[in-house]
Amino acid sequence: MTLAVELSYWQQSILRTVGVLAAVLLPAGTFVYVFLFKMVSFMQSRLGPMEAGPHGSMQLFAEVGKFIQKEDIVPNRADARLFKAAPYLVVAAVLLVYVAVPFGPDALFADLDVGIFYALAVSSVGVIGVLVAGWASANKYSLIGGLRAAGQLIAYELPLVLAVIGVVIQAGTLNMQRIVMAQAEGSIFGFDGLGNPFVLTQLVGFVIFLIATQAELTQTPFDMPVAESELVTGFMTEYSGLRFLLFFIAEFASAGALAALAATLFLGGWYFPGLDPDANYMNIVGPLVLLAKMMVIGGLIFLVRFTYPRLREDQLQKFAWTVLIPISLLNILVTMVLKVAF
Amino acid sequence: MSELLRSYLTVAIFGAVAILLVSSLLGLGSVLRPQRAQGGKYLSYESGVDAVGTGWAQAEIRYYIFALLFVLFDVEAVFIFPWATRLEAYGAFGAIEMGIFIVILALGLLYAWRKGVLRWI
Repeated sequence: MTLAVELSYWQQSILRTVGVLAAVLLPAGTFVYVFLFKMVSFMQSRLGPMEAGPHGSMQLFAEVGKFIQKEDIVPNRADARLFKAAPYLVVAAVLLVYVAVPFGPDALFADLDVGIFYALAVSSVGVIGVLVAGWASANKYSLIGGLRAAGQLIAYELPLVLAVIGVVIQAGTLNMQRIVMAQAEGSIFGFDGLGNPFVLTQLVGFVIFLIATQAELTQTPFDMPVAESELVTGFMTEYSGLRFLLFFIAEFASAGALAALAATLFLGGWYFPGLDPDANYMNIVGPLVLLAKMMVIGGLIFLVRFTYPRLREDQLQKFAWTVLIPISLLNILVTMVLKVAF
Repeated sequence: MSELLRSYLTVAIFGAVAILLVSSLLGLGSVLRPQRAQGGKYLSYESGVDAVGTGWAQAEIRYYIFALLFVLFDVEAVFIFPWATRLEAYGAFGAIEMGIFIVILALGLLYAWRKGVLRWI
């Protein structure tokens, strides 16, 4: 199937650039407004921002306006070059994850054959940004926070990656578009009304993926790296103004990116049961379906964040290495046996 | 240019877009923001008291051991991914091979566990 209008590669690239900015900023903004501003406020019996726009809906623009006017401060002791480089790394890592996410039958940035593998590899570049930020600040809180963050991110990277392998075994491909199609065209014991969203057959993998996502995003109960009561804000302690805003955007954009990955791998991506996955209108409906699924996963992440208290650092590492990783290895073995047997 | 290289050209373009996004935001900020240099602003933050010693202090060695374990399992994942896409073609032979591979690596984790490396305190 081809688009109605033929565009040259460079025209497509400009469209993609606009698309990726929307894909990064829109879910991040929605997450902040809907979950961080409003949902948590209602959970704590308050209204949240109400002044800027109806129900505070323009609050985000007010916040950006505030941050943009703030003075740029680099501490004397800090390694200025690395200190300034860290936000670039963190933001770039998030933006590059979206390259692999398909939004519709033709609405995709690049049809990478190693799609999910690439996305997981790129998302872990953010760890380097966090380590650089922690080290370059030359601050004790930042260093401890940066090391904790790195230790936590690599410990939970493994269950995240290993949980995906179950999906790859089932779909038989790394290409994200074909993983979506495998779910759209699959069937459960001959019943094909729903397709086969892998959340049904890979429930264990899905739960592990969500727990690891929570930790990768350093959200409570896994927020020791930025624990405000012991480390101020960890690796972000010395950052203020715009550079802090960039870390903040990257945090919520990567929540969006990981939610998009989870939705694509386990919930069927842009496909919705009953719709024709090859139809042209799916290029419009698909992104909306995917956004809706991302909101469901984001809602889960933030519901957990605002419900549970923080774990201790030792509990965190022990949980990853002695519970999550053995279970996800077992999950691979069981999936493998079932795949070969049936 | 082949389709494969083109899709990675998109990746490169997106990398450039990320750098452009950050630098244009910071550039816009540098036009709008005030700059009033005062020495106190540029001290390291240490909960209100003057910073003691340097921030580049010694850190816990355990992080290093976790990093080593991470490399072990991450390389394992790199090996499993291509195998996972072709499992249907390999059949029982592939399943047994990978079963042995995973069990050997799990033994490594078990060894680290028994040695008490995974305990923090």
